[in-house]
Amino acid sequence: MLAPETTALASFQNVSYASAGDRLLSDVEFTISGRGITTIMGPNGAGKSTLLRLLAGLLSPTSGAITWHRPAGASRIESAFVFQRPVILRRTVSANIRHAISPLRLPDTQASNRVHAALLVCSLEHLRDAPARRLSGGEQQRLAMARALARQPDVLLLDEPTASLDPAATNAIEKIALACADKGTKVILVTHDAGQARRLSNDVIFLNAGRAVEHSPATSFFNEPDSQSARDYLAGRITITDT
Amino acid sequence: MSEATQALYLAVKLVTSMDAGLVEIVLLSLKVSLLAVAVACAIGLPLGALLAISRFRGRRLLISVNNALMGLPPVVVGLAVYLMLSRSGPFGVFGLLYTPTAMIIAQTLLVLPIVAALSRQTIEDLNAEYDEYLRSLDMGLIGRLKTLLWDGRASLATAAIAGLGRAIAEVGAVIIVGGNIDHVTRVMTTAIALETSKGDLALALALGLVLVTIALALNAAVEILRAGAERKLHAGA
Amino acid sequence: MKILISLLCALTLAATGAVAQDRFIILQSTTSTANSGLLDHLAPKFRDKTGIEIRVVAVGTGQALKNARNGDGDVLLVHAKQREEKFVADGFGTKRYDVMYNDFIIVGPDNDPADIAGHYEINVALKKIAAAKAPFASRGDESGTHIKELSLWKQAGVDAAADSGSWYRETGSGMGATLNIATGMNAYTLTDRATWVAFANKSSFRIMVQGDKRLFNQYGIILVNQEKHPHVKAAEGQAFIDWLISPEGQMAISAYRRDDQQMFFPNAN
Repeated sequence: MLAPETTALASFQNVSYASAGDRLLSDVEFTISGRGITTIMGPNGAGKSTLLRLLAGLLSPTSGAITWHRPAGASRIESAFVFQRPVILRRTVSANIRHAISPLRLPDTQASNRVHAALLVCSLEHLRDAPARRLSGGEQQRLAMARALARQPDVLLLDEPTASLDPAATNAIEKIALACADKGTKVILVTHDAGQARRLSNDVIFLNAGRAVEHSPATSFFNEPDSQSARDYLAGRITITDT
Repeated sequence: MSEATQALYLAVKLVTSMDAGLVEIVLLSLKVSLLAVAVACAIGLPLGALLAISRFRGRRLLISVNNALMGLPPVVVGLAVYLMLSRSGPFGVFGLLYTPTAMIIAQTLLVLPIVAALSRQTIEDLNAEYDEYLRSLDMGLIGRLKTLLWDGRASLATAAIAGLGRAIAEVGAVIIVGGNIDHVTRVMTTAIALETSKGDLALALALGLVLVTIALALNAAVEILRAGAERKLHAGA
Repeated sequence: MKILISLLCALTLAATGAVAQDRFIILQSTTSTANSGLLDHLAPKFRDKTGIEIRVVAVGTGQALKNARNGDGDVLLVHAKQREEKFVADGFGTKRYDVMYNDFIIVGPDNDPADIAGHYEINVALKKIAAAKAPFASRGDESGTHIKELSLWKQAGVDAAADSGSWYRETGSGMGATLNIATGMNAYTLTDRATWVAFANKSSFRIMVQGDKRLFNQYGIILVNQEKHPHVKAAEGQAFIDWLISPEGQMAISAYRRDDQQMFFPNAN
């Protein structure tokens, strides 16, 4: 876990990302703090998921630099990623969680403890031996959260985790995310659900057409966004920009 | 009585009387082919998986060659293995020619390309689906292979069965390297070839019926095992 | 997983261990000799006397000679005298012994399109077949039978091979397969008597020509030369040869009957 004194966690300096000739992100610049929930918002195609993947290390920037501010003494910053549609392995729920922490090579008892803890936090105890593929959409996403939590990450990256879920399931996921943030895990959430963003955010990064247009604390963002595109977005208007 | 009816009658008689000669031949057929498939899977499944997830120059060529080898004529494989194991050949000193071991070697070589090719296709599809998730877990190569092979087990089992079908049905390879020696290297298919060459077509056909029945029984057994395993996963072992 | 591995080990031991420590020799012989049932008749007698098992690899004459040349056999028993003598001359065999003889016959369909039934002279019969362009199935595989057949056509002055593909059909197969093909296409064919008597798919065929001394079929037995192939079981192999040419072995050969007919005639002296 990160020391409470650490304010800056990760900085993007002039980061661009292009793939197959398409510029998905251009000159993105911001610094994320080490506490609370940061939400990344913007219209479809704005580059939100790309940004999250760059943070996860799943993609490498075409130009620019991403800096992680490690507190003194910490070996590295661990992140865990939850995808919008999780890949569920053909095995039981607990085996899925166990699999997720296998690269950590923990001793048996420690691994079992982590699996057990994750099941509890995500209310999956009663399904521990169920074939994971038979779970409902909401249960599968809770499993994806459990897998991420079992890694005990410093940063939890969530890519539109509730986009396909009903309100009850969405509520369950949000509660888990909030609990994580309370315990000191940094949560970075990509969402297109403004209501969810309002419920969860400490601060918001707003993207439009591959550019980071705004980075504001939640209250000021939702009351009075700085940028026109953000204002349009929150008001439900479509902005068409020439990139 | 037509040849076909005669064959049916003979087949039933052979099986119900548990004819000692028949039992011996059947057991040897099963031993040779099952072992060959086991070895071919032990090598071929991981090899196919590795081919599926690796990227290197010549990969496409290797995949094409592998696919082409699926169509290797058994008699050609038999000939090649004979030349290897012959006393005048490089491995003659082991004295393996005309033994069941030689037959297992030949059938393993026949089955290996099938198992590897089907494994490659299955794992390649699975890898496309799982790739991002496994990368997000920092999963190493071995971990990735283990994950994909286990999760793909249903399709891989089918690959193994395809291999078994090829092995148990072939005669060209085992007859050359085994020599069809009575009580030593005579299996179902070589026995059928022998009876045909003796003109005893009814008996040959009867043996053929027994062979087909055994193949069906084997497949049924595998299916039952598979369903049982799925059920176990259900009930929470 | 552990169960699977132990099962695998057990199977391996079982499959390979079956080739236990019994004394045995490998006899390279021809399909006609094996299919006649003679070797099944002789082997138990020899085993009872000496404890040595005979493992028979029955292939075409050409393949038997090649296998023996490669050292993939201890004893060679075929019926192609010239090639056997060359085998010994080339140093691959120690010595060639006459063992037994029988004869070749021409078999054909009941309706006898070339009208050769009952003819004694093989030359006449072959000429009539060629003239009538009646279908004739040849082994076409350089076996003892095939070589004999070719020499008979030559003696009769007929160039049958020139018509390969029309009435003269080369099957490239063993005697049994060739007989199946012959009965299947109503073709005449040359076969050794033993294979014919034992053959179970005669259909409407019967013996057309027999008795001509040109149809004589001699079998020879040779021990593979240990000097060329050190692993050859010379002692056991010679024991088999000695037994086969001894009065006891020769009697066993003449005692073998099929359909009450004697199939092979001993002539080891």
